[in-house]
Amino acid sequence: MATEFHNLQEMQHTASLVTKVFIQRDYSEGTVCRFQTKFPTELDNRIERALLEQTVKTLNSYYVEAEKVGGQSYLEGCLACATAYIVFLCMETRYEKVLKKISGYIQEQNEKIYAPRGLLLTDPIERGMRVLEISVFEDRGSSGSSPSSSMSSCSTAR
Amino acid sequence: MSAVMITRKLRKWEKLPGKNTFCCDGRVMMARQKGIFYLTLFLIIGTCSLFFAFECPYLAVHLSPAIPVFAVLLFLFVIAMLLRTSFSDPGVLPRALPEEANFIEMEIEAANGSVPSGQRPPPRIRNVQINNQIVKLKYCYTCKIFRPPRASHCSICDNCVDRFDHHCPWVGNCVGKRNYRYFYLFTLTLSLLTIYIFAFNIVHVVMRSVDQGFLSTLKETPGTVLEVLVCFFTLWSMVGLTGFHTYLISLNQTTNEDIKGSWSGKNRGQNPYSHKNIVKNCCEVLCGPTYPSVLDRRGLMQEDSPTAANSEGPCSFDNLVAQTVKTTAPLIPNEHTPDDVKPSIAAEKSSAPKDDPPLAAKLPPLASPETDAETSIVKNQ
Repeated sequence: MATEFHNLQEMQHTASLVTKVFIQRDYSEGTVCRFQTKFPTELDNRIERALLEQTVKTLNSYYVEAEKVGGQSYLEGCLACATAYIVFLCMETRYEKVLKKISGYIQEQNEKIYAPRGLLLTDPIERGMRVLEISVFEDRGSSGSSPSSSMSSCSTAR
Repeated sequence: MSAVMITRKLRKWEKLPGKNTFCCDGRVMMARQKGIFYLTLFLIIGTCSLFFAFECPYLAVHLSPAIPVFAVLLFLFVIAMLLRTSFSDPGVLPRALPEEANFIEMEIEAANGSVPSGQRPPPRIRNVQINNQIVKLKYCYTCKIFRPPRASHCSICDNCVDRFDHHCPWVGNCVGKRNYRYFYLFTLTLSLLTIYIFAFNIVHVVMRSVDQGFLSTLKETPGTVLEVLVCFFTLWSMVGLTGFHTYLISLNQTTNEDIKGSWSGKNRGQNPYSHKNIVKNCCEVLCGPTYPSVLDRRGLMQEDSPTAANSEGPCSFDNLVAQTVKTTAPLIPNEHTPDDVKPSIAAEKSSAPKDDPPLAAKLPPLASPETDAETSIVKNQ
C-alpha cells in the first residue's frame, strides 16, 4: 500500500481527495435496498476484495432486516394506524432504529478498515440510498511514491 | 472599530432544488400550488361543521349520542390522514451531487463508445432484471440519475419521486412511496365519512319531517341542503377513487404504471413487483415498513469557513461554486428537450476541478465542524 493513515483525524489533516467511487444499487431482487457486491476496479490496489465485499454484504443484510415485511412491521403498522399515526411522533420506527445501527457500523468500519487505507465510506442515506460512495484519499505529504497510481486512476476517472 | 457580522447557518431545505414549498423550518413539505388543498380542507371542515351544528344535536337526543362521537372520531382521522399526506415527503430522491453525476456520465460514455459528431447519442437507458423481467431504467436529465425502478419525475414539483403514484392537487403534494398509505386511508375514511354524513342527513330529514313536515324541517336546518349536495357529489368520486386504489393495491401497481399500461395488455401478469397474492400485496403496501425520508431537510448546511480554506487560497471556494453552477447550467436538457439538442451534453462535460476543493466541504459529517451552533460570528476588521 502506498499510503498509510492511522486514523480519520490524521487523514483529515494530511490527505487530499483524489476521486470518488460509487457502488450502485442492485435491483435484481426488486425495489428493496441492496448494493452490488461487484468490486470496483479503481480500488484494486487500495483494499482487499474480501473486506469490501464483507462490508457491502453486511450492509445489505441490515437493509433486509429494516425492510422485512413480517409480524413486527404489521404490528407497528396497525398500532400506528389505530392512533392515526400520532404514535410516530414519540416512537422510533424499526427502520430508523436499523438506520442508526447502520451508521454506527459504517463509522466503525471507517475507523478500523477504511481510514488506514486512505478510504472513506459515506452512509448511503446521505446520498438518497442510491449509491455507496467511497472517497479515495491521497497523502498530501508523500510526494514520490503514490502519485503514479493516483494519477493513473485520476486520468481514467476523468 | 470592528464590525460584527452574525451569519445564520442555513438549513438544507432552504437550498433544496425543486419546486416545493417548506414550512415550519423544513418540517412541512408541499407543492407550490396549494389552492385546491385549501379548498379540500374548507369543504371537509365546512361540511362537518354544518353536520355538527344542525344534525348532531337532534340525532344525539332522538337516536343515540354515539352518532356525533363516531362522527368526530372519523372527522379527526380524515384530517390527520389528509395532513399527513400533504405535509410529508412523498419519497423524493435527492439530485446527484456533481461527482456522482460525472461518474454516471463517464460510465455512459464508456458504454456508448464514441458517437460520430452529428449523430444523436443513443437514449440513456439501463436494463435491469427484476424477478426474471427486464425493466428499463431511464436517465433523468434534471436530477442526473438513473431513476430506480418505479420512480418517476414529477414535473410539477420538479423532483424524482420513488414509487411515484401521481401528483394530487387536492392534497397539494405528490403521492409516492412514503405517503401512499396515508393517501389511501384518507380516501377510504373520507368515503366513509361522506357516506356517514349523507346517510344521517337523510335519516334526520325523514325523522324530523314525520314530526314537523318537510318544508319546516328544511327551514330549521338549512345546512342540510348544502351538506346533501356536497356529500352527493363527493361520494361518487371518493368511492370511485377508493375502489380504483384498492384495485391497484391488490395488484401492487401504481397509478403511473396503470396509466402508462406498463403491466397491462400484452404485458399482463408480468408485474415483477407483485407477489401474485392479493393479501400479500395489500399487506406490503399498507403494512410495510415506514420508509424514512432521504431528503435531509432540517440538517444544517455545510458552509466553507474561511479559516479551513486558507491552505487552498480564497479561489477554491469560487471553484467549488463554479463547479456547482456549471452542472446546473440551463444547457441541461430534460425529457422534453428535442433529441438534436442532446449531443450538446457530450460537449458539456464539466472539466476537472483545478484544485481539490477544501477538505472541510468534502468530508462527510463524520469529520465535520460543530453543527449545533446556530450562528457564527465573523469579525471583520
